[in-house]
Order: sequence, then structure tokens, then C-alpha cells
Amino acid sequence: MKILYFAWLRQRTGIGEEDVSPPESVRDVASLVDWLKQRNPAFAEALADTSTLRVAVNQEFASFDTALNGTEEVALFPPMTGG
Amino acid sequence: MAIRVQREDFDVGAEITALTEGNPSIGGVTSFVGLVRDMADGERTSAMTLEHYPGMTEKMLAEIDAEAHDRWPLEASLIIHRYGRLEAGDRIVLVIAASPHRDAAFEACRFLIDWLKTKAPFWKLEEADDGATRWVEAKETDDAAAARWETNTGTRKAG
Repeated sequence: MKILYFAWLRQRTGIGEEDVSPPESVRDVASLVDWLKQRNPAFAEALADTSTLRVAVNQEFASFDTALNGTEEVALFPPMTGG
Repeated sequence: MAIRVQREDFDVGAEITALTEGNPSIGGVTSFVGLVRDMADGERTSAMTLEHYPGMTEKMLAEIDAEAHDRWPLEASLIIHRYGRLEAGDRIVLVIAASPHRDAAFEACRFLIDWLKTKAPFWKLEEADDGATRWVEAKETDDAAAARWETNTGTRKAG
């Protein structure tokens, strides 16, 4: 599974993208975020406030209860500020 | 209909000419150009860097463009959004909508920029004069501007 981080999430986690193999207990976005957080303190801090977190699965906007099967591209980012 | 995501600047006049040339059924063209301001939330800024999500950005802009064509009788449209480092006064974004009549062109142009601001994956990192940087926060006014197009569905589908 490919995970992408943008804007201050990229800065705070220190990486723009990574390939991960989460355990089977990760079945949706919420459980993926929980799993990413418990790996190290930088991720726990960056992902602490999920109210400011937006998510896309396979480049479509998704929510925390969007189901995952482990093969998706998941992007985590703050609210967008283009235009 | 076309979308471009690019580092380079654009020429507004040349883009309007290219978009409308050879299509005499176009009676009105509207455009919106977004520029880098030198003030943001009372803080002086000298430059900003635009980050985006390659792949999803193009996909979302194409969806927004298609939605505008679905809602209004457009003959042509164009969205150009830049990324990378831009200085105060630089052009960031161009939206053009062309239609037989002006109402559709005006409304579609406004729709395109309003939806783009809340639905296209771009993020702005501002630089102050002293070199300090900060990520621009999303504005509720932008959400409200986008939300009014949830109920205003254009002229093609109306009636």
C-alpha cells in the first residue's frame, strides 16, 4: 500500500511517500491512520488531530470509514488552499 | 475543455485567442486570473510555494471542468493552475469560460474558480520577508463560496 503525505503533514512526518504493509486488522482509513500513528512519535503528533485531516483513496476523496483492501494509494493532507 | 498544471507562466490574451479562434458561436468569454498577494492575514509575504498532488490534481480539475460543461452551455473552457515558487504579483491560476451568451460564461467562470479552491489538491506555503514560512489555512469563506454551487446547478439542467 502506498501512502502519500502533503503540505505540513509531509513536513511533520518527514516523508512525502512510503510503501507500507499494514496488518490485516487495518480494514479502513481510520484503522490505517491509527496504525501509522503508533509506529513513531512524529507520526503520532502529525496525525493527532484528525479533524484537520483530509484523505484520498486512489486519488478520489474518501472518508475515515472508507474500506481498504491493502492495495490502494492513500493520500493524507490538510484542507486544500489552491486557486 | 482543457486543463493544464504547469510551473510556467501563461499569457491570458493568447490563451483567450487560442480558445475562441474559429468558433463563431461563442458570444461571450469570461476569465479569472488569480495573483500572489503581498499581504495575507495582515502578514507581509514576499513569495509562496504551491505544492500539489500530481495525478489527482489533473483528475480533479478535469472533473470540475466536466461539471461546468454539464451545468452550462459552454462552447469552450480552460483551467491553468501553476505550482512551484511564485513571487508577489505573479499569476497563479487562470480560468476561462466561453459560451454563446454572457450569463453562462460569467456563472461558469465563477463556479470553476470556487470549486477549484476547495476541491483541487493544492497547498500554499507562504514566505514572509524575514524568510519564515507558514502553510496557508483553508478559509471558511471559500467553503461557503463553493457550497452555493451545490444548490445553483446552472442553466442547462434548470427547468
